[in-house]
Order: sequence, then C-alpha cells, then structure tokens
Amino acid sequence: MAYNPSDPMKDRITDIGPRNYEDFLPPVIKRNFGRWLYHDILEPGVLVHVSETGEKVYTVRVGGARLMGVQHIREICDIADKHCDGHVRWTTRNNIEFMVDAEAKLKPLMEDLEKRKFAGGSHKFPRGGTGAGLTNIVHTQGWIHCHTPATDASGVVKAVMDELYDDFQKMRFPAQVRISLACCLNMCGAVHCSDIAILGIHRMPPMIDHENLGNMCEIPLAIAACPTGAIKPTTVDGKKSVEVKNERCMFCGNCYTMCPCMPLADEVGSGIALLVGGKLSNRISPPMFSKVVVPFLPNEPPRWPQTVEAIKKILYTYMEDAKKYERLGNWAQRIGWERFFEKTGLPFTEHLIDDYRFAYTTWRTSTQFKF
Amino acid sequence: MAKRKTPMLDELEKGRWPSFVSDMKQEAAAREKTKVDLQTPREACDDLLSLMELSYEDKVGHWKHGGIVGVFGYGGGVIGRYCDQPEQFPAVRDFHTMRVNQPSSYFYTTEHLRKICDLWERRGSGLTNMHGSTGDMILLGTTTPQLEEIFWELTHDLKQDLGGSGSNLRTPNCCIGKARCEFACYDTQHLCHSFTMEYQDELHRPAFPYKFKFKFDGCPNGCVASIARADMSVIGTWRDDIRIDQEAVRAYVGGDFKPNAGAHAGRNWGPFDIEKEVIHLCPTHCMAWDGKNLKINNKECIRCMHCINTMPRALRIGEDTGASILFGAKAPILEGAQLSTLVVPFMKIEEPYDELKELIENVWDWWSEGGKNRERLGEMMQREGLGKLMEVCGLKADPRSIKEPRSNPYIFWKEEDVAGGWERDIKEYRKKHQK
Repeated sequence: MAYNPSDPMKDRITDIGPRNYEDFLPPVIKRNFGRWLYHDILEPGVLVHVSETGEKVYTVRVGGARLMGVQHIREICDIADKHCDGHVRWTTRNNIEFMVDAEAKLKPLMEDLEKRKFAGGSHKFPRGGTGAGLTNIVHTQGWIHCHTPATDASGVVKAVMDELYDDFQKMRFPAQVRISLACCLNMCGAVHCSDIAILGIHRMPPMIDHENLGNMCEIPLAIAACPTGAIKPTTVDGKKSVEVKNERCMFCGNCYTMCPCMPLADEVGSGIALLVGGKLSNRISPPMFSKVVVPFLPNEPPRWPQTVEAIKKILYTYMEDAKKYERLGNWAQRIGWERFFEKTGLPFTEHLIDDYRFAYTTWRTSTQFKF
Repeated sequence: MAKRKTPMLDELEKGRWPSFVSDMKQEAAAREKTKVDLQTPREACDDLLSLMELSYEDKVGHWKHGGIVGVFGYGGGVIGRYCDQPEQFPAVRDFHTMRVNQPSSYFYTTEHLRKICDLWERRGSGLTNMHGSTGDMILLGTTTPQLEEIFWELTHDLKQDLGGSGSNLRTPNCCIGKARCEFACYDTQHLCHSFTMEYQDELHRPAFPYKFKFKFDGCPNGCVASIARADMSVIGTWRDDIRIDQEAVRAYVGGDFKPNAGAHAGRNWGPFDIEKEVIHLCPTHCMAWDGKNLKINNKECIRCMHCINTMPRALRIGEDTGASILFGAKAPILEGAQLSTLVVPFMKIEEPYDELKELIENVWDWWSEGGKNRERLGEMMQREGLGKLMEVCGLKADPRSIKEPRSNPYIFWKEEDVAGGWERDIKEYRKKHQK
C-alpha cells in the first residue's frame, strides 16, 4: 500500500508518536535498565557502566559533525552491525555512541573507528568528549539551511574543533567545557548557559522593503514584535509600511522573523559575539548565564581566525589558572571580571556594560574591586 | 558535479575534525551514480555546496524567509525553505525540513536507521542532522510534492511520526536516564515517551501563544539542559539520605579508585584529597571526614551532586526519589534569557503521571488564555507574577521558590487580605480630619 495522491486521506495514519525507545535498546541496556551502580571513564571517549547484576556495558563515544549524509549514517550502521549487534545511539551534543557488552569487543571497535577517514582527510569518528574535556559543539543551522542567521554554524564549528581537537580527546581541563553555537539571537540551540557561547549577531537595523511590506506582512505583528517599541506604522509613496527608530534598535531580528520585508543580515554588519561562563548543572554552584566578553567579531569564512583565536585565549587561560572542578564561569567569578579581562588579554569596551533591561543588577554597587 | 568551484568550503575539508563538507561531497558523489529512483533533484547536494560557497563569498545566507508547507492536518513538523537564487541553484529551489520525532534518548537499531536512510535518499536530499537542538531527527531538504509521500512512508512503514515546530508543543526530550545512568531519579525515557504520546494534538496543531518545551532531566546534573531551555523542566531529585559505602570512600582516599570516574585523567592533579576536593567544596558544608568515615548531614544537603559525581562508587542518590518541577526557561528573545523557576520542589514521578499532567494542563490553560502572541511562558510569568502561577496551579507559597524575599515593599494586597475589606466612608473620615 502506497500513498495515493488522488485520495490522500484514505487509510491515513496520524499522531502515532515516535517509535517506542524500548524497541531500540541494546539487550545489555534492557537487562540492566535502572540497575546501574557506577561508571568509570577508562580512557577519553571510553566509558564503562557497571550494573548490580555484575554486567557491564562499554561505550565508545565519537564526535559527529551533526550534518550527516545517509551514506555516512549507513557507515555508522555497518560499524554498529559489525561490533554492536546492530545498536547505536546519539547524544544530545551530536556525538555517536557505540556500545558493546564485553571488554574484548572494545579494541576491535576502537581500531575500526580510528582508521576511517573522509576523502578530504578528516577523521570520521574521533574518540573523546568525556570528563574534564571538551565535548562536541552543539550548534544550529547557519547558512546551510536557516533564513535568519548572522553567521554560519557548521563552518565555524569545524574551524574551532579542528583547533581544539586535542582537547576533545584529552581530559586536561579543570572541569568539563561546553562550547555551543547559535547563529542568531533566536538561539534555537539555547546557548545562553554554556561555558563558551558563540553567537551570531547583527549590528545594522533592518532594511525596509516599502514596496512589498504592506502586502507581505501583518503590520501590527511586526510592530508588536519589537521589544523596544522602535517600529511604527507609516505610509511611503501611498503604500502602507513601517518605519524604524534606528537608535532604539538592538538588532534582535524579531521583526524580521515576523515580517520578511525587514531583512537585517549584512556582510559587514553581521558577525559573532562571544559569551562565557554559563553552566546549567547544579553541581557545587547553581546554574548561571553566559556573559558577553567579546561584543563583535567579523564573519571570516572559511576559518573564522579571530573567533578561533579568542576562544583559544579564553580556554587556555582558564586551563592554566582555574582549580580542579572549577567551571569556567566559577573561575571568572572567583578571580573577578577585572582579572578575567586582564588575564585573557581581551579588551573591555563600553559594549560590555549592560544597558538593556535589568542592567542595574550587573553594575558594581560596592567599593570591593581589584586594582 | 558542483556548479561552481568551492575553494572556501574545500578549506573545511582539511583538519582533523569530521568535515561536513567532505560528508556532503560523499553524498553528492553517491547521488550522482546511484540507481535509486530519486524523487528529488539528483544535484541537490552539489547545488547546496555551491550555494554555501556563495554564502561564504557574500558573508550572508541565501535562504528566503519562511515558506508555509506541511502535511495534511498538521500545523507543525515541516519547515518550508526556499533558496533566494533558484535560477542558479534549481536543485535546492525548495529544500524543506522535516522534523522526525526521535525515540527517547536517541537509541536506534541499524535496521530502523537504514530504512530512514533509504527513505531519505529516495525522497530527500540525503542530508540529515543527527540531531536538531530540540532533539528531533532532522531530514534536511525535500520538495513540496514529496511531503505527503514521506509522511505516508514514515507512518505506515517506519511507524514513526513527525515532531513539533511553530507555536505548539515542541518534541519532548530527555536525558539517557535509567537506560545507562546510575544517577537517574525517575524514568525519564518513559515519562518523555508517555507525555509525547499523550499530547500529540498539542505537538502537531499549533494552539499556543508560542512554542512550549518539556525537557526531562534525570538528576540535577542536567544533561539535557532542561533548566536552561524548557518551559517546563522536570529534574530528578530525592528527599532522603545519600547512600554511603564507607569502604569505597576509603578506597577513594587510598587512591584505589579514581575520583570523578577518571574524568581528570588528562593531567596530573596530584593524589586525591577528600578534604579539599569534596568536604570543602560542598556548598552547604554539610559533610565531614574523620579519617575513617564520611558523615553527611543530609538535612542540610541541597543535592548538588558534587560528592556523588566525585565518588560515584561510594555515594549513591537516595531511595525516595522523584522530581522538582520548574517553569519558564527560554533563550533571550524577547525579554532576555531566563532559567526555569522552581515551582514544585518535589513530586513523586510514577505512572500514570496524573499529578504532573494536571499541573501542566493548569499552566497551559492559564498561558493559552492570557499569553500574548509570541510570549513564552517565562515572559508571562514575569508579567503576571510567580504568585499568580502558583495560584493557578493551586500551590502554596514556599520559600524554596525564591532566592530571597522581596526587597521592595510594594505588595499587591488584595481586598480580602485586609480585615473588613477596602470600603470606607469619606464622610466618617471628615468627622475626624478637616479638609
């Protein structure tokens, strides 16, 4: 039975939901569900979980580029068929996990993964992403598939991960480090609680396509979309449109999301901001937001050298200076932000002083500071 | 073959990290010679590479804004996408995304994955995201006539549904939970699956002011980031004592076990020091080590997980487990970033989850009725107040919901709070107070 376009509703099935995860669990996982006692990281990217039944599951975690062709997924399936009885999983940070139920199966699996490379020379399955190391960078679509991006995503991530490859494979940081990328302020990836967030931002107010706006946009929605009330209705050459009070615009792009006749991406205007020090684990200290420490860097395809350089600077200063178990944000808090900028060598500019809502909560209201 | 040379993208084939460019080229090469009866343009991957190269030259994207497409009866799950240079790159003229509702915690059999690959090779571009940020498997790039065909095969042959997009419930997502984690305080996978099944209508037919996300974390470590990005965050916790194996604690102190499951092995941090690494880092200082035994004053413990993470073979979460329920996290647009706010400190999480369902349905009623267009729950909570949300949910005020009490005395007293109400007589007042 196949889809019949002339009778599309016949025998139609809807709202069946996802496949039940129980259909897909590896047998060793199923047998020990809810009975795990503890785990160990045997080496970077290799975990063992031990059950109260005495059974163990060994996991090999490898990084993935998130964007994957079906040929690549089929290769992952081949590996899983050969070594893992046809089971595999992904992680929330776009890593791939191959699991085996005996230690003897580990080495052949790792050797198999190690030798596989893309035609261009990059590794297909780099092992790592565990413990006090760097895990995979979660990211959004960027130029490959999104309509509102201020920067690319896959390309920036590739450029950064090439440089930080060793830190994906080693566990030499004081604590885990999570880098995330969102290609615009919409933050489909919600990167605002990351150790380092790479964020696409715009710096130019929207252009207004007066010719088409009245026909293509719901003007009240475009006006209501602006968080600062910078948009108001107007008439241009007899056509209904909007005008933008530029000095009130903070370039969030929300108007463009509601109205395609207000594009704001630009070769010079758009680029990257870096935020640091966020976390979402409750471990030791409560979750906290990332803070902007680099207000703008230009888009520099294909390798984004300034972005990569700034991230390395932050990361390696943290690595040298922080205490064991101290997340990047906790380190910055302990040494103080004046020291953070001094030690990382990042310039502090007026753009880093908050002037949006609730800005006051971030101003210093004491004489306790460091010279 | 790609329509234009791609020197900038080719740069991204170099380096050690997996190259998405090489992957796309691999897919393009396979499409060029496959005997599969392709239903979308054979050159889709080539044209996408060429389009990307153009974006790299121009430093801006080349996708048109929006595009309303979907499958019959659904308002979500498909995201329309059209290229803004269709004459140059006709194979990606329309290049829609389908969000496929993933199984809880992304376990797959290869048998199932291969079927998805076959479907997507034939009817789409062959490119995917494994996975999107909300959790769905993203099938990237197909044409409008294929949408119903794909949906049919997905549901009939693969028994799998689309996920959410638009102003509706987004695809619920969970951590790995009890499948392979010793810290899971409730069955995140089962709850996620049950809620996804229960709320299919909310998932597929937009009826909310804006998006709504559930995320299910098994413990306060928060591996699925629910506290940062879910309108409702369910985070596992416990309310009895941490279980201690004193012998195993001594083994950590003696250096027989590596702290933090070996997470710091990449560097020489010196021998494990329980005082420095556990006792003094405890945020409430509720632990003590006398050289032989570890003591925890559990009443003062805030379950931050540090000691358990550091000595997983010696310490275990308690046995009276459940979850904390928090509401209102979101990314910055519009009112700024928000973390979820603690509303229910503890709830037992057991089938059929009626208490949790009642809670969420109360919240939805309130938000659906009073929320503005594109207003996330967290923003409405700011506008209407946390007290209002608690009232709607029938919950009593609890100091656990706040970091500190208010420092402004501008209390919105209600008339019923004041004995005798607010009615007064100005004439009576004037008898004692001249004008």
